[in-house]
Amino acid sequence: MSTPKTLFDKVWDAHVIRHVEDGPDVLFIDRHFIHEVTSPVAFLGLEGRGASVLFSGRTFATADHNTPTLNQHLPVADPLSANQLAALERNAIKYGISHWGLGHEKNGIVHVVGPENGITLPGMTIVCGDSHTSTHGAFGAIAFGIGTSEVEMVLASQCIMQPKPKKMRISVNGTLSKGVLPKDVILYIISQISASGATGYFVEYAGDVFENMSMEGRMTVCNMSIEMGARGGMIAPDQKTLDYLNGRELAPKGEAWDKLVPYWESLKTDEGASFDIDLTFDAATIEPQITYGTNPGLGTGVTHQIPVAEAVKDGAASYKKSLQYMGFSENESMIGKPIDFVFLGSCTNGRIEDFRAFASIVKGRKKADNVTAWLVPGSHIVEKQIKDEGILDILTNAGFQLRQPGCSACLAMNEDKIPAGKYAVSTSNRNFEGRQGPGARTLLASPLVAAAAAVTGVVTDPRILIDNE
Amino acid sequence: MAYDKFTILRSTAVPMPIENVDTDQIIPARFLKATERKGFGDNLFRDWRYNNDDTPKPDFVLNNPTYSGKILVGGKNFGSGSSREHAAWAIYDYGFRCVVSSFFADIFKNNCLNIGILPVTVSPEFADKIFAAIEADPKTELEVNLPEQTITLLSTGESESFAINGYKKHNLTNGYDDIDYLLSMKSEIETFAETRPF
Repeated sequence: MSTPKTLFDKVWDAHVIRHVEDGPDVLFIDRHFIHEVTSPVAFLGLEGRGASVLFSGRTFATADHNTPTLNQHLPVADPLSANQLAALERNAIKYGISHWGLGHEKNGIVHVVGPENGITLPGMTIVCGDSHTSTHGAFGAIAFGIGTSEVEMVLASQCIMQPKPKKMRISVNGTLSKGVLPKDVILYIISQISASGATGYFVEYAGDVFENMSMEGRMTVCNMSIEMGARGGMIAPDQKTLDYLNGRELAPKGEAWDKLVPYWESLKTDEGASFDIDLTFDAATIEPQITYGTNPGLGTGVTHQIPVAEAVKDGAASYKKSLQYMGFSENESMIGKPIDFVFLGSCTNGRIEDFRAFASIVKGRKKADNVTAWLVPGSHIVEKQIKDEGILDILTNAGFQLRQPGCSACLAMNEDKIPAGKYAVSTSNRNFEGRQGPGARTLLASPLVAAAAAVTGVVTDPRILIDNE
Repeated sequence: MAYDKFTILRSTAVPMPIENVDTDQIIPARFLKATERKGFGDNLFRDWRYNNDDTPKPDFVLNNPTYSGKILVGGKNFGSGSSREHAAWAIYDYGFRCVVSSFFADIFKNNCLNIGILPVTVSPEFADKIFAAIEADPKTELEVNLPEQTITLLSTGESESFAINGYKKHNLTNGYDDIDYLLSMKSEIETFAETRPF
């Protein structure tokens, strides 16, 4: 009988080509996603050293970080953005890499299009020059963000050199209450362990709550693993995982698929396998969440008050700086705080289920006059689903406009910037100072909390609006 | 990308005792539009360093002529958030060669090592001593000795050792990078790739 292994061990160990003595593992990478912002310098580096792309078929390019979300049929107005998009296309053509650029029917946010087209599969190693690559862990893949030097490394050698991280398991058991979404689960976990609580670890999410969660929900959870410092997070593949992927355009078909199923079914943590840290939370204690500070660990239940400095893990000086930036004070209630902007979208919450949730609240209501809302689907496929399911009509009747796919106001690299001093309830992943625009103030929340804010104009408990239906 | 070899660095240091300095602060996303690695130092800590009208904020440490040097000393959880290597490029381009903190975010730490910045993790107590020493005398010098894996406060002689794996140490002291290593094992990688099921 061999030593019991975790899911993470099984996938990691299967990709180690060499262990460097007193150094990292040389890890083979099955899939590499690239986008316009973190890849151009990698290609320059490759050319500078006279190297080439080793396996062009294992890299996939999509434009997302720096694309407009209106009038995508027109030339991109910002010359620097246009230049980055052109560089991505040029490099993709030069090296024979698949490229879903602006206007392509498959274009969208890299972490949305990978899974929805079946590029992401269980048991893979997946990297991208983007920290939210952890999203793909929802499928039982080891997926993590890398820097541009590492993008160059993967292009040149299809490998990366990494020390094996420590292992953490986070179990959430029980049943989630009405109005509590996967976003609330992960915001709750981060608020409990802090924005650096999982640094140095790779997380496996386990327990009833994740077993019962949809694939979209699992992606939302794994996506935000990096927001507690974890390199990535993963969930063991199950029938739901395979049902989601089976038949997707680039997923294996027929016999090739059938041959992989037994391997995928073996991808679960063995009884008795050990973790460096094993945490358990009770689903019943989780309510809809909202953040009040400038890191994702500074969040609480939407009906709660802003904690006093002594009650948070951050140092008092940093905490006070954070509240000062937000224009908030200790002990204030979050409910009723006025809102200027609502952003629905991003690789965290830009999928069809997120739009369904948002629509469930705004249906039959009207957007509050004081709110500017940016609703940005994660991909053209999501955009089409929104139209096909009649969600667009619900949104339009409530006074909302749907924009075109991209990362948009999540990182505000394009023109979708929240103005200085304004408050935005955002379904994205980061509430850092200036993240959504210089001086912008971000309150991270689920699509339900965002919808409740959008129709009332203030921070509102969405459960009140669900009850009224 | 080639970088300067790192062995022993003796310098004054710039203190930034703020926790959770994320890479969006180190370099905001709107400055990531370049397709070449040039000029990122100008926008290092852009929104902490400059007002909206591009005038310097006098109370920010990089605008205070009292503090200078090739070592940046940050608070806990330095470099969290986005994987943008541009953050490390900005720090390097500005002139820093070493960042000291009691706790680094993983991706940022890797990015530093890959471009020739040495991230030195010290105990929270030693970090406090460094901050106190710089506050008492901004001209106080630190010595970071990579071969010996030590960091020393030269004013008091207090020293602490830091961890780095032998492979990365060898790379930094010689100016090598991972790609040099990986390209040397190309045929082994190609053989391995044949065995992958997808």
